[in-house]
Amino acid sequence: MGDSLTNTAGHFFVTGDPLIIASDVAIVLVSLGIVFTLTYFKKWKWLWREWLTTVDHKKIAIMYLISAILMLFRGGVDALLMRTQLALPNLGLLSAEHYDQIFTTHGTIMILFMAMPFIFAMFNAVVPLQIGARDVAFPYLNAISFWLFFFGALLFNISFVIGGSPDGGWTSYPPLTELQFDPGVGENYYLLGLSISGIGTIATGINFLATIIKMRAPGMTLMKMPLFTWAVLGTCIIILFVFPVLSVALALLLIDRLFGAHFFTMMYGGNPMQFVNLFWIWGHPEVYIAVLPAFGIYSEVVATFSQKKIFGYKSMVASIMAISIIGNLTWVHHFFTMGAGPAVNTFFSISTMAVAIPTGVKVFNWLMTMYRGRITLSLPMLWALAFIPAFAVAGATGVWLAEAPTDYQYHNTYFMVAHFHQALIGGVVFGMLAGMYYWWPKMFGFKLKEKFGKWAFWFFNIGFYVCFTPQYILGLMGMQRRMYTYTADMHWTALNFVSTIGAYLMGIGFLCIAAQIIHSLVHMEKDLTGDPWGGRTLEWSLPSPAPHYNFAVIPQISDRDEWWERKRRGEQDALKPRPEDIRDIHMPKNSGVPFLMGVCFFIAGFGFTFGWIAVGAAGLVGVLLCLAHRSLDQHPDHDIPADEIRRTEAALGRL
Amino acid sequence: MAVRMEEVLSRRTGDPSSTDHPGHRLELSTEDGVTKIFGFWMFLVSDVLLFASLFATYVVIYTHTANGPSASELFGHDVSGFLAETLALLTSSFTCGLATWEMHQGRAGRLKFWMIITLLLGLTFLGLEITEFRDFVSQGATLQTSAFLSGFYTLVGTHGAHVTLGILWMSLILYQLVRFGLNAVTARKFYIVGLYWHFLDIVWVLIFTVVYLTGVM
Amino acid sequence: MSMVRPPALERAPGQARFPWSHVAGYALSIVLTLAAFWAVLGHALPTKPLLAGILLLAVLQILVQLVFFMHVGQDSKPRYHLWLFSVAMFFFVVFVVSSMWILTFNTPIS
Ligand code: HEM
Ligand SMILES: [Cu+2]
Repeated sequence: MGDSLTNTAGHFFVTGDPLIIASDVAIVLVSLGIVFTLTYFKKWKWLWREWLTTVDHKKIAIMYLISAILMLFRGGVDALLMRTQLALPNLGLLSAEHYDQIFTTHGTIMILFMAMPFIFAMFNAVVPLQIGARDVAFPYLNAISFWLFFFGALLFNISFVIGGSPDGGWTSYPPLTELQFDPGVGENYYLLGLSISGIGTIATGINFLATIIKMRAPGMTLMKMPLFTWAVLGTCIIILFVFPVLSVALALLLIDRLFGAHFFTMMYGGNPMQFVNLFWIWGHPEVYIAVLPAFGIYSEVVATFSQKKIFGYKSMVASIMAISIIGNLTWVHHFFTMGAGPAVNTFFSISTMAVAIPTGVKVFNWLMTMYRGRITLSLPMLWALAFIPAFAVAGATGVWLAEAPTDYQYHNTYFMVAHFHQALIGGVVFGMLAGMYYWWPKMFGFKLKEKFGKWAFWFFNIGFYVCFTPQYILGLMGMQRRMYTYTADMHWTALNFVSTIGAYLMGIGFLCIAAQIIHSLVHMEKDLTGDPWGGRTLEWSLPSPAPHYNFAVIPQISDRDEWWERKRRGEQDALKPRPEDIRDIHMPKNSGVPFLMGVCFFIAGFGFTFGWIAVGAAGLVGVLLCLAHRSLDQHPDHDIPADEIRRTEAALGRL
Repeated sequence: MAVRMEEVLSRRTGDPSSTDHPGHRLELSTEDGVTKIFGFWMFLVSDVLLFASLFATYVVIYTHTANGPSASELFGHDVSGFLAETLALLTSSFTCGLATWEMHQGRAGRLKFWMIITLLLGLTFLGLEITEFRDFVSQGATLQTSAFLSGFYTLVGTHGAHVTLGILWMSLILYQLVRFGLNAVTARKFYIVGLYWHFLDIVWVLIFTVVYLTGVM
Repeated sequence: MSMVRPPALERAPGQARFPWSHVAGYALSIVLTLAAFWAVLGHALPTKPLLAGILLLAVLQILVQLVFFMHVGQDSKPRYHLWLFSVAMFFFVVFVVSSMWILTFNTPIS
């Protein structure tokens, strides 16, 4: 009896590996610490009222940002574990199985639970302020999106202590990931965690599209929109077109695993390559989903810190739109080696190269914006500058990979690993960091101090090249991706060792960012101007952080760089509210239901992960009840009286 | 109240023409309504691609019958079943359209009447589909039999699940129409569920053609 | 809570007293369905043209739903939703057809 109990517990809780036991202990301690702190400072109510039930886009942005940074940490620890294991031949830090799990969680977390929330943090923090809106189109749905992301990520992350991590790679190709070859719950965690957060992502796409199309301040025509907003528009379009495809791919694989269907099995007519096909119909555009917002950030940052209008606005817009269509037509370059035949491979080779053109146009425009500008090298600008060479290399190696015949050489080698890390780190992470530094004062009301930030920048950048340049060569020398170790006679040791040093340098860079945030919190200098960088767009006309309702009076827009033009003409006050124009403002009420809905999804996901169909179904019923509750809610809003707004604005010195 | 809130939230957009919508359409009489209907169209966009993926999978594997029954063996001998399903759903789309039309005339009573008819037709469709599935399963054609059948049940079943959800949803709106009467909010809600219903008909037309008719061929 | 009373229930000029367009749409959809059905059961054409024919009928049928029931012509301007919906339809076709094209190698030659 006692024996069988430990057995079940041993299956349920992962116990074997000392590394995992250590993290178990750490997780328990940290959770206890959080519970204790909240209780000690009597903060539970505050947490519930101000955060868990909020529908305010500015707060949701902060929650996304915190999650993204935490996930960057977890993904980063995974990366360092792998790099440590590969530093020298035949190391025994990680077993083959454990290595499999770690590259799977690393890749999945970095893309879906780090990059995605990071871009959503930026969407939420910026878009409504940039277009002169009081919130997004559907604030309640926005909260649902966040909680679906959050609980999806939670579900994925608990796998390594309860039941075991997924180990089929972030691409999760069948037939390897079918029940027959991959029993256990790890893969189910992957499928359900991603499905749940994927629903939230689709909702975010709908929400921001509606916001941008329907809620711009009067006068802001499409061609007067700031480029970040344009980039978000393009991103949302791609999200709507491809995220459903991922949902289906995951769902079908789950049906195979849970209900014994034969979509992707080896027997009974299944076709595993259809999963691969669906996965990449989503997977390639996903890269653009992550990088377009970064492009938008570069456009804002480069213009601001060069004190110039962006060069080639119209071609920027055209490039974004071109990318969001052509980007959906290149996916087969991820499986040229499947051998679909020359016609297929040629088509997708060419379309891949074609999509590099609009990207090139954008890089050219950024350079032309900087040309003869008055450049200030603040942190956001530094990261934007670092992006250009990194992305140039990534783009160039990408075009090599896009040639189907040569790809037979590079495919699934470290050459490819180096390529996509250059694109994802150099393109996305650099962009998100630039955006974080740039809008941090707007989000939190104080600036991040430069000191540790500069250290972080240099450690990260040097580490970045030290880590990935050797990997290109390793790839050409024949080192395959996802190898958990190698022997000394391959002559890969030196380059791998250097690469690991680079990874650690990046780790130090990350710690410097953490130190910078703590340092700036302790020695906080409030941003009282609302416009610390000499900004150009509407968000900088507001105080930092913006009041709950953003705009006391919705401004009338006449220029692309509205705020900049007003400042130039000495008309800043025109964007301040006049007391007589202030009316009551109707805002959505806070609600605990989105959080609850996330919990229901979590229960459903957990149930299906373990094959407990009843639990899963119960969770889904809970979801339906939450939806019905919302539909029947007659008073989802409240008024902020004009007097209160006048008082708030006066306190901010704007009346 | 609910109306006014989002009216202010969702200010006029920068496009000068955006406020020019037909005045006689209650669901479009508030900015909130316009925004939500737009949002729903965007949901439909994502649903189009969801079905695209299911169809793509189906057409890739529908010949992979693995010693199980093929499409023509399954649907070929009795075409009346899926024809009846099709007619039920087409008619329900029509009655749903009539409901919308009555709504635009401001006649709440007839609106509710046609909603009930639509719901009944939807239930008929579901009943027929469940019978059909049970029949196939009793012949030994299950989800686990072959890739073709996995694809078939999942594609057609996903549509069926959409219809089920549509029935629950429309019932909820019907309740609200009874409870709160016809106003800008309930009109928008019904209009949206109506769009959803017509959209399911579009998907069914494709299923009818790509799954059943080619199966019979 | 007093809801805003339906503001403009007056009939817009030219609005019919009978839902002619709905009836026409319904009639069309039935005709199109039965036509496809009859063509297949009666083997009206050889396989390939038959396939093309019923796909064409399906497309027409979809247009009927969109125009007669979903009123896509009468929505508020600007009609961005229609643009996006059309692009979605385009990608529907692209994803389905290209999947067949890409994975044909896997089909047993018949
Ligand atoms: C902080 C620096 C990073 C380091 C040192 C690093 C290192 C690694 C290593 C060692 C692997 C495993 C390669 C293999 O065994 O095949 C890997 C895989 C991967 N990484 Fe990173 N990584 C970093 C950041 C990122 C970021 C920021 C992203 C995405 C936004 C990312 C996405 C991926 C993906 C998708 C994989 C493939 C996983 C798989 O094979 O299933 N990485 N990375
Ligand atoms: Cu790609």
